[in-house]
Amino acid sequence: MSTANLDSTLEAQVAHGAEHEEEDHRMFGFIVFLLSESVIFFSFFVGYIVYKTNVTDWYPAGFEGLEVREPFINTVVLVSSSFVIYIAERYLHKENLWGFRIFWLLTMLMGSYFLFGQAVEWMGLPFGFTDGLFGGTFYLLTGFHGLHVLTGVLLQGIMLGRSFRPNNYAGGEYGVNATSIFWHFVDVIWIILFLLIYIWR
Amino acid sequence: MSNASLEVASPSFQPQPGAPDNWRRFFTFSTDHKVIGIQYIVVAFVFFLFGGLLAMVMRGELLTPPADLVDRTVYNGLFTMHGTLMLFMWTFPMLNGLANYLVPLMIGARDMAFPRLNAAAFWLVPVFGVILTVSFFVPGGPSQSGWWAYPPVSLQNPSGNLINGQSLWILAVALSGVSSIMGAVNIVTTILRMRAPGMGWFQMPAFCWTVLSAQLIQLIGLPALTAGAVMLLFDLTVGTSFFNPELGGDPVLYQHFFWFYSHPAVYVIILPIFGVFSEVFPVYARKPLFGYPVVAVSSLIITGLSAIVWVHHMFASGTPGWMRMLFMVTTMTISVPTGIKVFAWVATVWGGRLRLTTGMLFALGGLSMFLFAGITGIMLASVPFDIHVNNTYFVVGHFHYVIYGAVVMGFYAAIYHWFPKMTGRMYYEGLGKLHFVLTFIGANLNFLPMHPMGLHGMPRRVASYDPEFAFWNVLASLGGFLLGVSTLPFILNMLSSWSRGPEAGDNPWRAIGLEWLVSSPPPHENFDEIPVVVSGPYGYGSDEPLVANSPAKE
Repeated sequence: MSTANLDSTLEAQVAHGAEHEEEDHRMFGFIVFLLSESVIFFSFFVGYIVYKTNVTDWYPAGFEGLEVREPFINTVVLVSSSFVIYIAERYLHKENLWGFRIFWLLTMLMGSYFLFGQAVEWMGLPFGFTDGLFGGTFYLLTGFHGLHVLTGVLLQGIMLGRSFRPNNYAGGEYGVNATSIFWHFVDVIWIILFLLIYIWR
Repeated sequence: MSNASLEVASPSFQPQPGAPDNWRRFFTFSTDHKVIGIQYIVVAFVFFLFGGLLAMVMRGELLTPPADLVDRTVYNGLFTMHGTLMLFMWTFPMLNGLANYLVPLMIGARDMAFPRLNAAAFWLVPVFGVILTVSFFVPGGPSQSGWWAYPPVSLQNPSGNLINGQSLWILAVALSGVSSIMGAVNIVTTILRMRAPGMGWFQMPAFCWTVLSAQLIQLIGLPALTAGAVMLLFDLTVGTSFFNPELGGDPVLYQHFFWFYSHPAVYVIILPIFGVFSEVFPVYARKPLFGYPVVAVSSLIITGLSAIVWVHHMFASGTPGWMRMLFMVTTMTISVPTGIKVFAWVATVWGGRLRLTTGMLFALGGLSMFLFAGITGIMLASVPFDIHVNNTYFVVGHFHYVIYGAVVMGFYAAIYHWFPKMTGRMYYEGLGKLHFVLTFIGANLNFLPMHPMGLHGMPRRVASYDPEFAFWNVLASLGGFLLGVSTLPFILNMLSSWSRGPEAGDNPWRAIGLEWLVSSPPPHENFDEIPVVVSGPYGYGSDEPLVANSPAKE
């Protein structure tokens, strides 16, 4: 077979291959990374379930169970921020930068509110990290997740700052999309975490 | 647009990455996958020598029944660090090095998907290597809890310091995990997204299949170990109770976390070596790889099965009966795809016109030792037998047959096979064969006696033993020292051939594969023109060309 009778699909593939920029690989790679990252959470969840179903003195002495009302408000805020960040992304897609910035900032505020609420809850709890298996897993899970929320908010801050550089976001931006996916990921993890820790008695 | 960008990307002024007169490149933050590949391999080999030195001190101790050469505490540190170094500093980086060097060349890409991430992942390796080495010098010495770091042993902290051997061990393992995840994301993305046009799944060399399968395991399993390590670190430093039985914790859960990753990790190590066998045998037998599609897919089947076998390490950990039964069956099942591969390699070699170069000898030696390890593996998968020999030298003999017999031999096969490609020079065949003979005799002399030793009940990880085991121990120690000696002709061969060996030419083995189409060593960015693949791999004995264009620089 020679170059002359190469079929056109191969030619198209060559052209396609040359246009492959690092950009789309980055998104693919980032999703691969997130899938892997989710296994850490999954492992913690499995640990939590194993402990909860096997341990006799689950709660620390004198503790009856977690308050659900405030964490539920927190949950609603965090989960709805996933929709807000989607709107921000749509605005960027339509090249409406101010629409993007306002909704993006709103997402950041909602994320920060969540972190604040988490901190308030931590302050009010009568047990610490070393108080039994419930104390350990509770702070481990909420802390590890909170670290992710904090990372998400910081990433959002960077992306917001970068939107002020002229023409930076023309034609979409990998960083914004990746931050958004990361945010959805953090939300989904929280829903599972909330069900496991607060709802499951 | 496409043609323009193709032509721009041929910076001919770039120095050749493999050339020995350009050794300074290997000490820079280079993003060339070939430089990084060689960096990985060389660093890993240095730590291989270090870990081997520790093993030889252990074998020296075991020459006589009483604990006389080193203190028992030192001995504990020695076997812990030997295992840790060999796994995290030798096999993983070495295989990452091979994958880094070969995968982009084999799939017709100019580099990995994320060159900077690649370099960052590599430079973490010396960092945690140094952390592990430093732990020899902290008060209390290095970790003594074995490479599993089972609690409650790993939760003891006799020195009372925050920075002790165990916490440094956890830190190093965590960093190794970060580096491996970075590498895995990169390699998986590269293989899935950057194959040359025309290279579908079943045009891809078997080595790439195995690397992909291995790296998928890293992505699925490693986070579980990380989770366990984080909890262990909190137990050790903050005083949480996750794995601490005194505080109501569950030490067996740690074992689950640990083996959920660390058993599949064995497949992370062995799968690329399966790939090496699949590449080496066809070249020197002048026959296509027998049953290539089945061999390729069986790698992915091994990946899938490897996620559901880990409890076979825990048959003696108070595991419930149903769990033992289940994992015994899954463990035995995994020998099916593995057996398919062994069968295919034998069928590839069968009736071929064999050229017994050093690479081929190592591959054949590795295959035969792997077969032996596979047979003892089936024995160990059976619950009653496993409980009988649990924690004896039989287990040690089994996994050293896998890791030395198959992995190290396979690694040597890969090095001899691709050395002309990496350096542009030919190694000395005589020294190579001497190396093979010493390694093959040494490995069998070292590890075969461990089987009768273990069957007679000698426990592992002890500095002293009953005199009835002395005979087998002396044999094993002699084999161990022979293995130490065997690295000398290898090092001499590599260094002298790299600096003054005869020119090898682009394709000294007349092998078929994209990596053999470019010059030796391959130029920066590998291909002048991205190859257009028109036929499957291993086209030995067929006239069909591999590519439709001429990807090499004129």
